[in-house]
Amino acid sequence: MNLNTPAAATIDVAQVVLQSRGYWTTVWQRLSRDKVTVAFAVLLALIVLSAIFAPWITPHDPYKGNILRRLKEIGYPGHLLGTDETGRDMLTRLIYGGRLSLFMGVMPVVNALAIGGLLGIIAGFVGGRINMLIMRTMDIFYAFPSVLLAIAISGALGAGIGNAILSLTIVFIPPIARVAESVTTQVRSLDYVEAARASGVSSARIIRVHVLSNVLGTVFIYATGLVSVSIILASGLSFLGLGTRPPEAEWGLMLNTLRQAIYVNPYVAALPGVMIFMTSLSFNLLSDGLRSAMDVRL
Amino acid sequence: MLGYALRRLLYVIPISLGVTILVFALVHLAPGDPLNAVVAPDAPASVVAKLKADYGFDKPLPLQYAQWLGRAVRGDLGLSVVNSRPVLDQLIIAVPNTLMLAVVATLIGFTLGAILGGLAGYFQGTWIDKFATGFGVAGVSVPHYWLGMVLVIIFGVELNWLPATGMGPGGSGSWEWNWVHIRHLILPAVTLSVIPCGIITRTVRAIVAEILSQEFVQALRAKGLLNGRTMLHVIKNVAPTVLAVMGLQLGYLLGGSILVETVFNWPGTGFLLNDAIFRRDIPMLQGTILVLAMFFVALNLIVDILQTLIDPRMRRT
Repeated sequence: MNLNTPAAATIDVAQVVLQSRGYWTTVWQRLSRDKVTVAFAVLLALIVLSAIFAPWITPHDPYKGNILRRLKEIGYPGHLLGTDETGRDMLTRLIYGGRLSLFMGVMPVVNALAIGGLLGIIAGFVGGRINMLIMRTMDIFYAFPSVLLAIAISGALGAGIGNAILSLTIVFIPPIARVAESVTTQVRSLDYVEAARASGVSSARIIRVHVLSNVLGTVFIYATGLVSVSIILASGLSFLGLGTRPPEAEWGLMLNTLRQAIYVNPYVAALPGVMIFMTSLSFNLLSDGLRSAMDVRL
Repeated sequence: MLGYALRRLLYVIPISLGVTILVFALVHLAPGDPLNAVVAPDAPASVVAKLKADYGFDKPLPLQYAQWLGRAVRGDLGLSVVNSRPVLDQLIIAVPNTLMLAVVATLIGFTLGAILGGLAGYFQGTWIDKFATGFGVAGVSVPHYWLGMVLVIIFGVELNWLPATGMGPGGSGSWEWNWVHIRHLILPAVTLSVIPCGIITRTVRAIVAEILSQEFVQALRAKGLLNGRTMLHVIKNVAPTVLAVMGLQLGYLLGGSILVETVFNWPGTGFLLNDAIFRRDIPMLQGTILVLAMFFVALNLIVDILQTLIDPRMRRT
């Protein structure tokens, strides 16, 4: 056994690399032919890049306003997208807003992916009582509508970026765990996994080589779709005053403070929502595109 | 069938217990003392102790939970720490308002979603399919609180056709089904209906497309049955899943209407929650969340049982 393992490992890894290269080439070809997905992937890349390089590309200071130029309309000289209720440049704040909104939207899903994915794989792989324990606990969280659970937790914890991310992480752990568990359960009973187990391969290795390679793709695509929900919810928490606080630039919070201005300058007031919509739509279409390119069924 | 229903009913007990534990734990998630909102920082220790005893916060946690659960089961959700009125009294006014909003929104979303999704699945690849698919993905991606604002801007501010906020003359407790009141319902209900509409469009399209590609449908067509008859079979197969999605969506809207209620100042449970969060009124927060979560648990139960009534294949162990 000891003698065989290194050889088996080499062959196995080589095969995985070969297979995955062929597979990923196909996926890439399918993706690049899907015009809608490509277009929205480019849009998303633009939003993300402009948020990262915000200090270098924005024309104004995101926190400094001019009381004399409050709530100016779109196209006002010097302010391409107008100004907000304290005279700050909207374009600048929309670009800066992406930093917090994207961070608050993506982080919960990343956290939940790590925790929920691990719980789901353990539940699916070990089965039996452990599976019962983990999955039935998840069922309790399923008894809450997701928005309500997020608001309940961050409402009790109080406002703050950390609290908002924590509450959304808790919201997204159960669905990710469920997907990971069901895929792991399917993979576990596949013939080649049974064969690996019968030939004495350790559980850790089976999980690393066989289970992860099958589970990750599906869970990752599912999580991409969840990011779109997460962005809407994270901005929604800020909209309710539960996320970031003024004068921070964040799309949901900006929407909230501009709500009073809909009678003065409705189009400027609606702009932050356009950003949330575009970002969420991009993540959703990206998830859909990846799903059909990778031929995954959820 | 009866056996399944009973088993499913029994399963509600551990879930409900879990829900109550989670809701109870909310108090202790909150930073500081649950009484911070009502007690002045310089209040004498004896007053604080007496208040703690009044609200039951001086006992060990498991005992507090047992007492709280015992009272909650009997319908006593405690007193609001802000206005000292029973939480239940305020919920009795607010829940029907939210329920009305959610039911109307679900019906709009279901009707539109079923039609769009059905057409898209039946005429795959045509412009109507592309439109419905685009509409579906937009519906699930749109931040509905923003959509509410946009609708207010268009129909309330620019066109001045519909009222922007509130529930009509008389406020929260005096709803009647006449135009004066219904006008106030249109914008919030349409706003809220967009999410279920998107989800139901996507679901119905996927299932109709799948069923149409199955052999039994091909066989029906080969037998020369008219398209209408074929559709009847398709509908029979789509119904259970759509029903389940619809039931779940109604539950999500009950809990998720808080953002829309905030935009439209709709006096429902979302409004209570919002208020409770800002005044740090923990009993109010707990009570509202408990009631909404129990509604959701009950809806899930009803959907599961109805589903198995329609489709015996759904009977799970």
